[in-house]
Amino acid sequence: MKIGMILRPALIALLLALVVRPDWFVPVFAPLAPEGGPVIYQRASLLSLSLSHLGLVLMASLAATFVAVTLAIFVTRPAGAAFRPLSRTITNIGQTFPPVAVLALAVPALGFGAGPTLVALFLYGLLPIFENAITALSTLPPATMEAARGIGLSRWQRLVRVELPLALPVTLTGIRLSVVIALGTATIGSTVAARTLGEVIIAGLLTNNTAFVLQGGLIVGLFAVLIYDAMVLLERHLARRMGG
Amino acid sequence: MAWNLASPLAVLPGLAAVLLGLGLGLPAGFARLRLVGAVVGLAGLLWLLMQGAPALLDGAGEYARVSPAVGFWCLLVVLMLLMADALATMALGPMQRGAVLLTVIGALAIMLGSGVLADLSVMQEYAARRDAFVSELVRHLGLAFGSLAAAAVIGFPLGVLCHRREQLRGAILPVLSFLQTIPSLAMFGLMIPLLGWVGDTVPGAQAIGIAGIGFAPAFLALVLYSLLPVVGNTVAGLGATPPAALEAARGMGMTPAQRLLRVELPLGLPIILTGLRIVLVQNIGLAVIAGLIGGGGFGTFVFQGLNQTATDLILLGALPTVALALTAGIVMDILVELTRRTPKDTR
Repeated sequence: MKIGMILRPALIALLLALVVRPDWFVPVFAPLAPEGGPVIYQRASLLSLSLSHLGLVLMASLAATFVAVTLAIFVTRPAGAAFRPLSRTITNIGQTFPPVAVLALAVPALGFGAGPTLVALFLYGLLPIFENAITALSTLPPATMEAARGIGLSRWQRLVRVELPLALPVTLTGIRLSVVIALGTATIGSTVAARTLGEVIIAGLLTNNTAFVLQGGLIVGLFAVLIYDAMVLLERHLARRMGG
Repeated sequence: MAWNLASPLAVLPGLAAVLLGLGLGLPAGFARLRLVGAVVGLAGLLWLLMQGAPALLDGAGEYARVSPAVGFWCLLVVLMLLMADALATMALGPMQRGAVLLTVIGALAIMLGSGVLADLSVMQEYAARRDAFVSELVRHLGLAFGSLAAAAVIGFPLGVLCHRREQLRGAILPVLSFLQTIPSLAMFGLMIPLLGWVGDTVPGAQAIGIAGIGFAPAFLALVLYSLLPVVGNTVAGLGATPPAALEAARGMGMTPAQRLLRVELPLGLPIILTGLRIVLVQNIGLAVIAGLIGGGGFGTFVFQGLNQTATDLILLGALPTVALALTAGIVMDILVELTRRTPKDTR
Protein backbone atom coordinates (compact mmCIF):
# COMPACT_ATOMS: atom_id res chain seq x y z
CA MET A 1 0.00 0.00 0.00
CA LYS A 2 2.80 2.38 0.91
CA ILE A 3 4.54 1.82 -2.39
CA GLY A 4 1.22 2.56 -4.08
CA MET A 5 0.97 5.93 -2.36
CA ILE A 6 4.21 7.10 -4.00
CA LEU A 7 4.08 5.10 -7.21
CA ARG A 8 0.53 5.99 -8.22
CA PRO A 9 0.92 9.82 -8.36
CA ALA A 10 4.35 9.38 -9.97
CA LEU A 11 2.93 7.21 -12.75
CA ILE A 12 0.01 9.59 -13.30
CA ALA A 13 2.43 12.53 -13.53
CA LEU A 14 4.64 10.61 -15.97
CA LEU A 15 1.67 9.71 -18.13
CA LEU A 16 0.34 13.28 -18.22
CA ALA A 17 3.78 14.66 -19.07
CA LEU A 18 4.23 12.08 -21.85
CA VAL A 19 0.89 12.89 -23.40
CA VAL A 20 0.82 16.67 -23.00
CA ARG A 21 4.50 17.66 -23.19
CA PRO A 22 6.27 14.91 -25.14
CA ASP A 23 9.05 17.41 -26.05
CA TRP A 24 10.41 17.12 -22.52
CA PHE A 25 11.36 13.52 -23.24
CA VAL A 26 13.45 14.18 -26.35
CA PRO A 27 16.75 13.52 -24.51
CA VAL A 28 15.37 10.23 -23.16
CA PHE A 29 14.14 8.90 -26.48
CA ALA A 30 16.85 10.41 -28.70
CA PRO A 31 19.33 7.51 -28.36
CA LEU A 32 16.62 5.10 -29.56
CA ALA A 33 15.60 7.00 -32.68
CA PRO A 34 17.46 6.37 -35.94
CA GLU A 35 20.15 8.96 -36.64
CA GLY A 36 18.65 12.23 -37.85
CA GLY A 37 15.14 10.78 -37.65
CA PRO A 38 12.27 12.27 -35.66
CA VAL A 39 12.33 11.47 -31.93
CA ILE A 40 8.75 12.33 -31.00
CA TYR A 41 5.78 11.28 -33.12
CA GLN A 42 4.73 14.39 -35.04
CA ARG A 43 2.04 13.36 -37.49
CA ALA A 44 -0.64 13.76 -34.85
CA SER A 45 -0.45 15.02 -31.31
CA LEU A 46 -0.11 12.27 -28.73
CA LEU A 47 -2.88 13.94 -26.74
CA SER A 48 -5.46 13.69 -29.52
CA LEU A 49 -4.45 10.10 -30.27
CA SER A 50 -4.79 9.21 -26.57
CA LEU A 51 -8.22 10.84 -26.38
CA SER A 52 -9.39 9.04 -29.48
CA HIS A 53 -7.98 5.75 -28.13
CA LEU A 54 -9.71 6.18 -24.79
CA GLY A 55 -12.88 7.32 -26.52
CA LEU A 56 -13.05 4.14 -28.59
CA VAL A 57 -12.44 1.96 -25.54
CA LEU A 58 -14.98 3.90 -23.47
CA MET A 59 -17.70 3.71 -26.13
CA ALA A 60 -17.14 0.00 -26.75
CA SER A 61 -16.99 -0.81 -23.03
CA LEU A 62 -20.13 1.19 -22.19
CA ALA A 63 -22.07 -0.52 -24.96
CA ALA A 64 -20.69 -3.93 -23.97
CA THR A 65 -21.52 -3.36 -20.31
CA PHE A 66 -25.07 -2.26 -21.11
CA VAL A 67 -25.79 -5.19 -23.42
CA ALA A 68 -24.01 -7.81 -21.29
CA VAL A 69 -25.70 -6.78 -18.04
CA THR A 70 -29.12 -6.58 -19.71
CA LEU A 71 -28.63 -10.06 -21.17
CA ALA A 72 -27.40 -11.40 -17.85
CA ILE A 73 -30.46 -10.00 -16.07
CA PHE A 74 -32.69 -11.51 -18.74
CA VAL A 75 -31.27 -15.05 -18.57
CA THR A 76 -31.32 -15.09 -14.76
CA ARG A 77 -35.11 -14.31 -14.74
CA PRO A 78 -37.54 -17.23 -15.00
CA ALA A 79 -38.69 -16.00 -18.44
CA GLY A 80 -35.21 -16.14 -19.93
CA ALA A 81 -33.99 -19.31 -18.24
CA ALA A 82 -34.39 -21.32 -21.45
CA PHE A 83 -31.69 -19.23 -23.13
CA ARG A 84 -29.16 -19.78 -20.39
CA PRO A 85 -27.41 -22.91 -21.72
CA LEU A 86 -27.16 -21.33 -25.17
CA SER A 87 -25.71 -18.11 -23.79
CA ARG A 88 -23.18 -20.15 -21.79
CA THR A 89 -22.16 -21.99 -24.95
CA ILE A 90 -21.74 -18.73 -26.84
CA THR A 91 -19.67 -17.27 -24.01
CA ASN A 92 -17.38 -20.29 -23.88
CA ILE A 93 -16.84 -20.38 -27.64
CA GLY A 94 -16.45 -16.62 -27.79
CA GLN A 95 -13.64 -16.62 -25.29
CA THR A 96 -11.52 -18.91 -27.44
CA PHE A 97 -11.89 -16.48 -30.36
CA PRO A 98 -8.63 -14.50 -30.72
CA PRO A 99 -9.30 -10.72 -30.49
CA VAL A 100 -7.12 -10.06 -33.52
CA ALA A 101 -9.18 -12.51 -35.55
CA VAL A 102 -12.40 -10.78 -34.47
CA LEU A 103 -10.90 -7.49 -35.64
CA ALA A 104 -9.70 -8.96 -38.93
CA LEU A 105 -13.06 -10.61 -39.61
CA ALA A 106 -14.94 -7.39 -38.87
CA VAL A 107 -13.04 -5.54 -41.61
CA PRO A 108 -14.57 -7.34 -44.61
CA ALA A 109 -18.02 -6.70 -43.13
CA LEU A 110 -17.58 -3.07 -42.09
CA GLY A 111 -14.70 -1.61 -44.06
CA PHE A 112 -11.77 0.32 -42.64
CA GLY A 113 -11.70 2.94 -39.90
CA ALA A 114 -13.08 3.11 -36.40
CA GLY A 115 -16.13 0.92 -37.18
CA PRO A 116 -14.57 -2.56 -37.18
CA THR A 117 -12.39 -1.69 -34.19
CA LEU A 118 -15.44 -0.58 -32.23
CA VAL A 119 -17.32 -3.76 -33.16
CA ALA A 120 -14.38 -6.01 -32.29
CA LEU A 121 -13.84 -4.27 -28.95
CA PHE A 122 -17.57 -4.44 -28.21
CA LEU A 123 -17.92 -8.13 -29.11
CA TYR A 124 -14.81 -9.17 -27.25
CA GLY A 125 -15.72 -7.03 -24.26
CA LEU A 126 -19.16 -8.63 -23.90
CA LEU A 127 -17.91 -12.00 -22.77
CA PRO A 128 -16.06 -11.33 -19.48
CA ILE A 129 -18.79 -8.90 -18.35
CA PHE A 130 -21.61 -11.27 -19.24
CA GLU A 131 -19.93 -14.22 -17.55
CA ASN A 132 -19.20 -12.31 -14.34
CA ALA A 133 -22.64 -10.69 -14.24
CA ILE A 134 -24.33 -14.10 -14.55
CA THR A 135 -22.11 -15.58 -11.85
CA ALA A 136 -22.83 -12.63 -9.58
CA LEU A 137 -26.60 -12.65 -10.16
CA SER A 138 -26.95 -16.39 -9.68
CA THR A 139 -24.83 -16.70 -6.52
CA LEU A 140 -26.58 -14.07 -4.39
CA PRO A 141 -26.97 -15.06 -0.73
CA PRO A 142 -30.35 -16.86 -0.46
CA ALA A 143 -31.02 -15.39 2.99
CA THR A 144 -30.80 -11.83 1.64
CA MET A 145 -33.11 -12.64 -1.25
CA GLU A 146 -35.58 -14.24 1.15
CA ALA A 147 -35.46 -11.17 3.38
CA ALA A 148 -36.05 -8.87 0.40
CA ARG A 149 -39.08 -10.95 -0.55
CA GLY A 150 -40.20 -10.98 3.09
CA ILE A 151 -40.28 -7.21 3.48
CA GLY A 152 -42.55 -7.07 0.46
CA LEU A 153 -40.28 -5.70 -2.26
CA SER A 154 -41.64 -6.18 -5.75
CA ARG A 155 -39.54 -8.02 -8.39
CA TRP A 156 -38.39 -4.76 -9.90
CA GLN A 157 -37.47 -3.31 -6.49
CA ARG A 158 -35.57 -6.48 -5.61
CA LEU A 159 -33.62 -6.26 -8.84
CA VAL A 160 -32.73 -2.59 -8.55
CA ARG A 161 -32.24 -2.30 -4.80
CA VAL A 162 -30.85 -5.72 -3.84
CA GLU A 163 -29.63 -7.87 -6.70
CA LEU A 164 -27.82 -5.30 -8.83
CA PRO A 165 -25.99 -3.59 -5.95
CA LEU A 166 -24.90 -6.96 -4.57
CA ALA A 167 -23.76 -8.14 -7.99
CA LEU A 168 -21.83 -4.93 -8.68
CA PRO A 169 -18.34 -5.85 -7.37
CA VAL A 170 -18.12 -9.12 -9.34
CA THR A 171 -19.59 -7.46 -12.42
CA LEU A 172 -16.99 -4.71 -12.10
CA THR A 173 -14.23 -7.34 -12.17
CA GLY A 174 -15.60 -8.47 -15.53
CA ILE A 175 -15.72 -4.87 -16.78
CA ARG A 176 -12.12 -4.35 -15.66
CA LEU A 177 -10.88 -7.42 -17.55
CA SER A 178 -12.76 -6.33 -20.63
CA VAL A 179 -11.47 -2.74 -20.47
CA VAL A 180 -7.83 -3.87 -20.15
CA ILE A 181 -8.20 -6.25 -23.09
CA ALA A 182 -9.89 -3.46 -25.06
CA LEU A 183 -7.07 -0.99 -24.34
CA GLY A 184 -4.54 -3.44 -25.78
CA THR A 185 -6.68 -4.60 -28.68
CA ALA A 186 -7.46 -1.01 -29.72
CA THR A 187 -3.77 -0.54 -30.61
CA ILE A 188 -4.18 -3.26 -33.22
CA GLY A 189 -7.13 -1.25 -34.56
CA SER A 190 -4.58 1.11 -36.10
CA THR A 191 -3.73 -1.58 -38.65
CA VAL A 192 -7.24 -0.99 -39.99
CA ALA A 193 -6.89 2.80 -39.87
CA ALA A 194 -8.61 3.54 -36.57
CA ARG A 195 -7.11 6.55 -34.80
CA THR A 196 -5.46 5.09 -31.72
CA LEU A 197 -2.06 5.10 -30.05
CA GLY A 198 -1.30 1.97 -32.06
CA GLU A 199 -0.58 4.40 -34.92
CA VAL A 200 2.58 5.52 -33.10
CA ILE A 201 3.76 1.96 -32.47
CA ILE A 202 3.08 0.87 -36.04
CA ALA A 203 4.85 3.94 -37.44
CA GLY A 204 7.82 2.93 -35.27
CA LEU A 205 7.74 -0.65 -36.51
CA LEU A 206 7.59 0.44 -40.15
CA THR A 207 10.46 2.95 -39.91
CA ASN A 208 12.57 0.96 -37.44
CA ASN A 209 12.17 3.76 -34.93
CA THR A 210 12.30 2.30 -31.44
CA ALA A 211 11.60 5.69 -29.89
CA PHE A 212 8.10 5.64 -31.45
CA VAL A 213 7.43 2.07 -30.35
CA LEU A 214 8.48 2.89 -26.81
CA GLN A 215 6.41 6.09 -26.67
CA GLY A 216 3.25 4.43 -27.91
CA GLY A 217 3.77 1.31 -25.82
CA LEU A 218 4.60 3.26 -22.68
CA ILE A 219 1.52 5.49 -22.93
CA VAL A 220 -0.89 2.59 -23.62
CA GLY A 221 0.80 0.51 -20.90
CA LEU A 222 0.52 3.32 -18.35
CA PHE A 223 -3.14 3.88 -19.22
CA ALA A 224 -3.80 0.15 -18.84
CA VAL A 225 -2.00 -0.15 -15.51
CA LEU A 226 -3.58 2.99 -14.04
CA ILE A 227 -7.12 2.17 -15.18
CA TYR A 228 -6.69 -1.41 -13.92
CA ASP A 229 -5.46 -0.08 -10.59
CA ALA A 230 -8.27 2.46 -10.30
CA MET A 231 -10.89 -0.20 -10.95
CA VAL A 232 -9.34 -2.57 -8.40
CA LEU A 233 -9.54 0.25 -5.84
CA LEU A 234 -13.17 0.91 -6.77
CA GLU A 235 -14.01 -2.81 -6.42
CA ARG A 236 -12.33 -2.98 -3.02
CA HIS A 237 -14.19 0.11 -1.89
CA LEU A 238 -17.54 -1.32 -3.01
CA ALA A 239 -16.81 -4.75 -1.52
CA ARG A 240 -15.93 -3.13 1.79
CA ARG A 241 -19.15 -1.13 1.73
CA MET A 242 -21.14 -4.30 1.02
CA GLY A 243 -19.42 -6.17 3.82
CA GLY A 244 -19.75 -3.32 6.34
CA MET B 1 -29.51 -15.08 -56.53
CA ALA B 2 -28.63 -18.71 -56.48
CA TRP B 3 -31.92 -19.98 -57.83
CA ASN B 4 -31.46 -18.04 -61.03
CA LEU B 5 -27.93 -19.32 -61.44
CA ALA B 6 -28.15 -23.04 -61.18
CA SER B 7 -31.00 -25.23 -62.31
CA PRO B 8 -33.88 -25.57 -59.84
CA LEU B 9 -33.16 -29.29 -59.63
CA ALA B 10 -29.71 -28.56 -58.23
CA VAL B 11 -30.81 -25.83 -55.85
CA LEU B 12 -34.02 -27.25 -54.38
CA PRO B 13 -32.47 -30.11 -52.36
CA GLY B 14 -30.06 -27.68 -50.72
CA LEU B 15 -32.72 -25.12 -49.86
CA ALA B 16 -35.01 -27.87 -48.58
CA ALA B 17 -32.22 -29.26 -46.39
CA VAL B 18 -31.42 -25.85 -44.90
CA LEU B 19 -35.11 -25.18 -44.13
CA LEU B 20 -35.61 -28.69 -42.74
CA GLY B 21 -32.49 -28.31 -40.62
CA LEU B 22 -33.68 -25.00 -39.17
CA GLY B 23 -37.17 -26.47 -38.63
CA LEU B 24 -35.78 -29.47 -36.76
CA GLY B 25 -33.29 -27.44 -34.81
CA LEU B 26 -35.29 -24.50 -33.54
CA PRO B 27 -37.88 -26.19 -31.25
CA ALA B 28 -36.36 -26.47 -27.81
CA GLY B 29 -36.26 -29.61 -25.73
CA PHE B 30 -35.01 -32.30 -28.08
CA ALA B 31 -31.23 -32.14 -28.14
CA ARG B 32 -30.73 -35.06 -30.51
CA LEU B 33 -33.29 -33.70 -32.95
CA ARG B 34 -31.57 -30.33 -32.84
CA LEU B 35 -28.21 -31.97 -33.57
CA VAL B 36 -29.66 -33.84 -36.55
CA GLY B 37 -31.26 -30.61 -37.75
CA ALA B 38 -27.96 -28.74 -37.52
CA VAL B 39 -26.10 -31.43 -39.48
CA VAL B 40 -28.82 -31.58 -42.17
CA GLY B 41 -28.82 -27.79 -42.43
CA LEU B 42 -25.02 -27.60 -42.71
CA ALA B 43 -25.08 -30.27 -45.42
CA GLY B 44 -27.71 -28.24 -47.31
CA LEU B 45 -25.62 -25.10 -46.99
CA LEU B 46 -22.56 -26.94 -48.31
CA TRP B 47 -24.60 -28.28 -51.23
CA LEU B 48 -25.80 -24.78 -52.14
CA LEU B 49 -22.23 -23.52 -51.99
CA MET B 50 -21.05 -26.33 -54.25
CA GLN B 51 -23.81 -25.61 -56.77
CA GLY B 52 -23.59 -21.85 -56.66
CA ALA B 53 -19.87 -21.31 -57.11
CA PRO B 54 -19.32 -23.09 -60.46
CA ALA B 55 -22.58 -21.64 -61.83
CA LEU B 56 -21.44 -18.11 -61.01
CA LEU B 57 -17.97 -18.68 -62.43
CA ASP B 58 -19.27 -20.18 -65.67
CA GLY B 59 -17.89 -17.98 -68.44
CA ALA B 60 -16.90 -15.22 -66.02
CA GLY B 61 -13.24 -15.10 -67.02
CA GLU B 62 -10.01 -16.22 -65.46
CA TYR B 63 -9.72 -13.62 -62.71
CA ALA B 64 -13.28 -13.89 -61.44
CA ARG B 65 -13.67 -14.91 -57.81
CA VAL B 66 -16.64 -16.18 -55.86
CA SER B 67 -17.00 -15.78 -52.14
CA PRO B 68 -19.94 -16.43 -49.84
CA ALA B 69 -21.72 -13.31 -48.60
CA VAL B 70 -23.36 -12.28 -45.36
CA GLY B 71 -26.34 -14.61 -45.75
CA PHE B 72 -24.08 -17.66 -45.87
CA TRP B 73 -22.06 -16.63 -42.82
CA CYS B 74 -25.22 -15.84 -40.81
CA LEU B 75 -26.78 -19.21 -41.63
CA LEU B 76 -23.47 -20.91 -40.86
CA VAL B 77 -23.26 -19.23 -37.45
CA VAL B 78 -26.90 -20.05 -36.60
CA LEU B 79 -26.48 -23.71 -37.57
CA MET B 80 -23.17 -24.05 -35.71
CA LEU B 81 -24.75 -22.52 -32.61
CA LEU B 82 -27.63 -25.01 -32.86
CA MET B 83 -25.06 -27.80 -33.02
CA ALA B 84 -23.00 -26.46 -30.12
CA ASP B 85 -26.15 -25.98 -28.05
CA ALA B 86 -27.36 -29.52 -28.78
CA LEU B 87 -23.96 -30.97 -27.86
CA ALA B 88 -23.84 -28.91 -24.66
CA THR B 89 -27.32 -30.08 -23.61
CA MET B 90 -26.40 -33.73 -24.25
CA ALA B 91 -23.59 -33.39 -21.66
CA LEU B 92 -21.19 -35.82 -23.34
CA GLY B 93 -18.32 -37.41 -21.47
CA PRO B 94 -14.72 -36.49 -22.33
CA MET B 95 -14.20 -39.49 -24.63
CA GLN B 96 -17.44 -38.85 -26.53
CA ARG B 97 -16.50 -35.20 -26.97
CA GLY B 98 -13.15 -36.29 -28.37
CA ALA B 99 -14.97 -38.53 -30.83
CA VAL B 100 -17.27 -35.68 -31.93
CA LEU B 101 -14.25 -33.40 -32.39
CA LEU B 102 -12.45 -36.01 -34.50
CA THR B 103 -15.59 -36.52 -36.61
CA VAL B 104 -15.93 -32.79 -37.24
CA ILE B 105 -12.24 -32.42 -38.12
CA GLY B 106 -12.47 -35.48 -40.38
CA ALA B 107 -15.54 -34.11 -42.17
CA LEU B 108 -13.81 -30.75 -42.60
CA ALA B 109 -10.67 -32.41 -43.96
CA ILE B 110 -12.65 -34.51 -46.44
CA MET B 111 -14.63 -31.46 -47.54
CA LEU B 112 -11.56 -29.30 -48.09
CA GLY B 113 -9.41 -32.10 -49.48
CA SER B 114 -11.96 -33.35 -52.02
CA GLY B 115 -11.87 -30.04 -53.88
CA VAL B 116 -15.66 -29.53 -53.97
CA LEU B 117 -15.06 -26.02 -52.66
CA ALA B 118 -12.04 -25.33 -54.87
CA ASP B 119 -13.97 -22.65 -56.77
CA LEU B 120 -14.32 -20.43 -53.69
CA SER B 121 -11.96 -17.49 -53.53
CA VAL B 122 -10.51 -18.43 -50.14
CA MET B 123 -9.59 -21.82 -51.50
CA GLN B 124 -8.09 -20.23 -54.60
CA GLU B 125 -5.94 -18.01 -52.41
CA TYR B 126 -4.93 -21.18 -50.59
CA ALA B 127 -4.11 -22.98 -53.82
CA ALA B 128 -1.95 -20.05 -54.91
CA ARG B 129 0.02 -20.09 -51.65
CA ARG B 130 -0.02 -23.72 -50.62
CA ASP B 131 3.68 -23.82 -49.68
CA ALA B 132 3.54 -20.54 -47.78
CA PHE B 133 0.41 -21.74 -45.96
CA VAL B 134 2.12 -24.90 -44.73
CA SER B 135 5.24 -23.05 -43.59
CA GLU B 136 3.18 -20.36 -41.82
CA LEU B 137 1.11 -23.09 -40.16
CA VAL B 138 4.29 -24.73 -38.87
CA ARG B 139 5.57 -21.33 -37.75
CA HIS B 140 2.30 -20.51 -35.99
CA LEU B 141 2.19 -23.84 -34.17
CA GLY B 142 5.88 -23.46 -33.31
CA LEU B 143 5.22 -20.05 -31.77
CA ALA B 144 2.14 -21.16 -29.82
CA PHE B 145 3.37 -24.55 -28.58
CA GLY B 146 7.02 -23.54 -28.23
CA SER B 147 6.16 -20.59 -26.02
CA LEU B 148 3.79 -22.82 -24.05
CA ALA B 149 6.60 -25.32 -23.45
CA ALA B 150 9.09 -22.61 -22.50
CA ALA B 151 6.57 -20.97 -20.17
CA ALA B 152 5.83 -24.33 -18.53
CA VAL B 153 9.55 -25.07 -18.05
CA ILE B 154 10.15 -21.67 -16.45
CA GLY B 155 6.79 -21.14 -14.81
CA PHE B 156 6.28 -24.49 -13.14
CA PRO B 157 9.37 -24.44 -10.87
CA LEU B 158 8.64 -20.77 -10.22
CA GLY B 159 5.10 -21.73 -9.20
CA VAL B 160 6.36 -24.43 -6.84
CA LEU B 161 8.79 -21.94 -5.26
CA CYS B 162 6.01 -19.36 -4.91
CA HIS B 163 3.81 -22.02 -3.31
CA ARG B 164 6.51 -22.73 -0.72
CA ARG B 165 7.57 -19.16 0.07
CA GLU B 166 4.94 -16.54 0.79
CA GLN B 167 7.24 -13.51 0.33
CA LEU B 168 8.34 -14.71 -3.10
CA ARG B 169 4.70 -15.05 -4.11
CA GLY B 170 3.99 -11.46 -3.05
CA ALA B 171 6.91 -10.25 -5.17
CA ILE B 172 6.53 -12.31 -8.32
CA LEU B 173 2.79 -12.44 -9.00
CA PRO B 174 2.29 -8.62 -9.20
CA VAL B 175 5.21 -8.34 -11.65
CA LEU B 176 3.70 -11.06 -13.84
CA SER B 177 0.26 -9.45 -13.80
CA PHE B 178 1.87 -6.15 -14.73
CA LEU B 179 3.42 -7.89 -17.78
CA GLN B 180 -0.08 -9.08 -18.70
CA THR B 181 -1.43 -5.52 -18.90
CA ILE B 182 1.15 -4.38 -21.47
CA PRO B 183 -0.69 -4.17 -24.81
CA SER B 184 0.38 -6.98 -27.11
CA LEU B 185 1.42 -4.70 -29.97
CA ALA B 186 3.71 -2.72 -27.65
CA MET B 187 5.14 -5.89 -26.10
CA PHE B 188 6.01 -7.29 -29.52
CA GLY B 189 7.39 -3.92 -30.56
CA LEU B 190 9.60 -3.58 -27.49
CA MET B 191 11.08 -7.06 -27.92
CA ILE B 192 12.57 -6.00 -31.26
CA PRO B 193 15.12 -3.44 -29.98
CA LEU B 194 15.77 -5.52 -26.87
CA LEU B 195 16.65 -8.67 -28.77
CA GLY B 196 18.36 -6.67 -31.49
CA TRP B 197 20.62 -5.23 -28.83
CA VAL B 198 21.25 -8.69 -27.32
CA GLY B 199 22.00 -10.07 -30.76
CA ASP B 200 24.49 -7.30 -31.44
CA THR B 201 26.30 -7.29 -28.11
CA VAL B 202 26.32 -10.86 -26.80
CA PRO B 203 28.78 -12.96 -28.79
CA GLY B 204 27.22 -16.01 -30.36
CA ALA B 205 23.64 -14.87 -29.79
CA GLN B 206 23.05 -14.25 -33.47
CA ALA B 207 24.35 -17.68 -34.32
CA ILE B 208 21.47 -19.30 -32.42
CA GLY B 209 18.93 -17.05 -34.11
CA ILE B 210 18.51 -14.24 -31.59
CA ALA B 211 17.95 -11.06 -33.53
CA GLY B 212 15.62 -8.09 -33.47
CA ILE B 213 13.45 -9.33 -36.32
CA GLY B 214 11.65 -12.58 -36.85
CA PHE B 215 10.92 -15.54 -34.62
CA ALA B 216 12.84 -14.65 -31.46
CA PRO B 217 11.07 -11.41 -30.37
CA ALA B 218 7.62 -12.88 -31.03
CA PHE B 219 8.55 -16.01 -29.12
CA LEU B 220 9.88 -14.09 -26.11
CA ALA B 221 6.81 -11.83 -26.01
CA LEU B 222 4.52 -14.87 -25.98
CA VAL B 223 6.55 -16.52 -23.19
CA LEU B 224 6.28 -13.37 -21.07
CA TYR B 225 2.50 -13.28 -21.56
CA SER B 226 2.22 -16.97 -20.64
CA LEU B 227 4.00 -16.79 -17.30
CA LEU B 228 1.13 -15.39 -15.23
CA PRO B 229 -1.43 -18.11 -16.03
CA VAL B 230 1.19 -20.86 -15.56
CA VAL B 231 2.65 -19.57 -12.28
CA GLY B 232 -0.70 -18.36 -10.93
CA ASN B 233 -2.50 -21.62 -11.61
CA THR B 234 0.40 -23.72 -10.32
CA VAL B 235 0.23 -21.82 -7.03
CA ALA B 236 -3.57 -22.11 -6.95
CA GLY B 237 -3.48 -25.81 -7.88
CA LEU B 238 -0.88 -26.76 -5.28
CA GLY B 239 -2.68 -24.67 -2.67
CA ALA B 240 -6.01 -26.38 -3.34
CA THR B 241 -4.96 -29.70 -1.78
CA PRO B 242 -7.49 -30.64 0.92
CA PRO B 243 -5.81 -30.16 4.33
CA ALA B 244 -6.86 -33.69 5.35
CA ALA B 245 -4.97 -35.26 2.44
CA LEU B 246 -1.88 -33.21 3.27
CA GLU B 247 -2.14 -34.18 6.94
CA ALA B 248 -2.44 -37.85 6.04
CA ALA B 249 0.62 -37.62 3.77
CA ARG B 250 2.59 -35.98 6.54
CA GLY B 251 1.39 -38.65 8.96
CA MET B 252 2.61 -41.38 6.62
CA GLY B 253 6.08 -39.86 6.88
CA MET B 254 6.36 -38.50 3.34
CA THR B 255 9.15 -36.01 2.70
CA PRO B 256 8.18 -32.59 1.26
CA ALA B 257 9.32 -33.73 -2.18
CA GLN B 258 7.21 -36.88 -1.98
CA ARG B 259 4.21 -34.88 -0.82
CA LEU B 260 4.64 -32.55 -3.77
CA LEU B 261 4.97 -35.31 -6.36
CA ARG B 262 2.51 -37.85 -5.00
CA VAL B 263 -0.20 -35.73 -3.33
CA GLU B 264 -0.22 -32.03 -4.19
CA LEU B 265 0.66 -32.40 -7.87
CA PRO B 266 -1.88 -35.08 -8.82
CA LEU B 267 -4.64 -33.27 -6.94
CA GLY B 268 -3.72 -29.86 -8.38
CA LEU B 269 -3.24 -31.11 -11.93
CA PRO B 270 -6.65 -30.03 -13.27
CA ILE B 271 -6.08 -26.43 -12.12
CA ILE B 272 -2.51 -26.42 -13.49
CA LEU B 273 -3.76 -27.79 -16.82
CA THR B 274 -6.46 -25.10 -16.90
CA GLY B 275 -3.62 -22.57 -16.74
CA LEU B 276 -1.95 -24.26 -19.70
CA ARG B 277 -5.28 -24.19 -21.57
CA ILE B 278 -5.56 -20.43 -21.06
CA VAL B 279 -1.99 -20.00 -22.29
CA LEU B 280 -2.41 -22.17 -25.36
CA VAL B 281 -5.65 -20.54 -26.53
CA GLN B 282 -4.29 -17.07 -25.77
CA ASN B 283 -1.01 -17.68 -27.58
CA ILE B 284 -2.63 -19.12 -30.68
CA GLY B 285 -4.53 -15.83 -30.90
CA LEU B 286 -1.62 -13.57 -29.97
CA ALA B 287 0.75 -15.29 -32.40
CA VAL B 288 -1.25 -13.53 -35.15
CA ILE B 289 0.42 -10.27 -34.09
CA ALA B 290 3.80 -11.83 -34.85
CA GLY B 291 2.85 -11.36 -38.50
CA LEU B 292 3.22 -7.63 -37.99
CA ILE B 293 6.85 -7.82 -36.85
CA GLY B 294 8.02 -10.40 -39.36
CA GLY B 295 7.65 -13.29 -36.93
CA GLY B 296 5.62 -15.36 -39.35
CA GLY B 297 2.50 -17.38 -38.63
CA PHE B 298 -1.02 -16.85 -39.93
CA GLY B 299 -0.75 -13.18 -39.01
CA THR B 300 1.36 -12.77 -42.16
CA PHE B 301 -1.74 -13.47 -44.27
CA VAL B 302 -4.03 -11.41 -42.05
CA PHE B 303 -1.89 -8.28 -42.21
CA GLN B 304 -1.04 -8.73 -45.91
CA GLY B 305 -4.77 -8.99 -46.49
CA LEU B 306 -5.50 -5.92 -44.38
CA ASN B 307 -2.85 -3.91 -46.22
CA GLN B 308 -4.15 -4.89 -49.67
CA THR B 309 -7.84 -4.88 -48.65
CA ALA B 310 -7.89 -8.49 -49.79
CA THR B 311 -10.73 -10.05 -47.83
CA ASP B 312 -9.92 -13.60 -48.90
CA LEU B 313 -6.36 -13.29 -47.68
CA ILE B 314 -7.63 -12.06 -44.29
CA LEU B 315 -9.95 -15.07 -44.13
CA LEU B 316 -7.11 -17.40 -45.12
CA GLY B 317 -5.22 -16.21 -42.04
CA ALA B 318 -8.09 -15.69 -39.60
CA LEU B 319 -10.22 -18.80 -40.19
CA PRO B 320 -7.43 -21.35 -39.50
CA THR B 321 -6.44 -19.35 -36.41
CA VAL B 322 -9.98 -19.49 -35.06
CA ALA B 323 -10.21 -23.21 -35.88
CA LEU B 324 -6.87 -23.89 -34.15
CA ALA B 325 -7.89 -21.95 -31.05
CA LEU B 326 -11.26 -23.70 -30.81
CA THR B 327 -9.69 -27.14 -31.28
CA ALA B 328 -6.99 -26.42 -28.71
CA GLY B 329 -9.62 -25.20 -26.25
CA ILE B 330 -11.76 -28.32 -26.64
CA VAL B 331 -8.81 -30.74 -26.44
CA MET B 332 -7.43 -29.06 -23.32
CA ASP B 333 -10.91 -29.09 -21.72
CA ILE B 334 -11.06 -32.84 -22.30
CA LEU B 335 -7.58 -33.27 -20.74
CA VAL B 336 -8.59 -31.19 -17.71
CA GLU B 337 -11.65 -33.36 -17.21
CA LEU B 338 -9.67 -36.59 -17.56
CA THR B 339 -7.16 -35.56 -14.88
CA ARG B 340 -9.85 -34.45 -12.44
CA ARG B 341 -10.25 -36.91 -9.59
CA THR B 342 -13.89 -37.08 -8.66
CA PRO B 343 -14.56 -35.91 -5.11
CA LYS B 344 -15.49 -39.52 -4.26
CA ASP B 345 -11.91 -40.66 -4.84
CA THR B 346 -10.30 -38.00 -2.73
CA ARG B 347 -12.56 -37.99 0.26
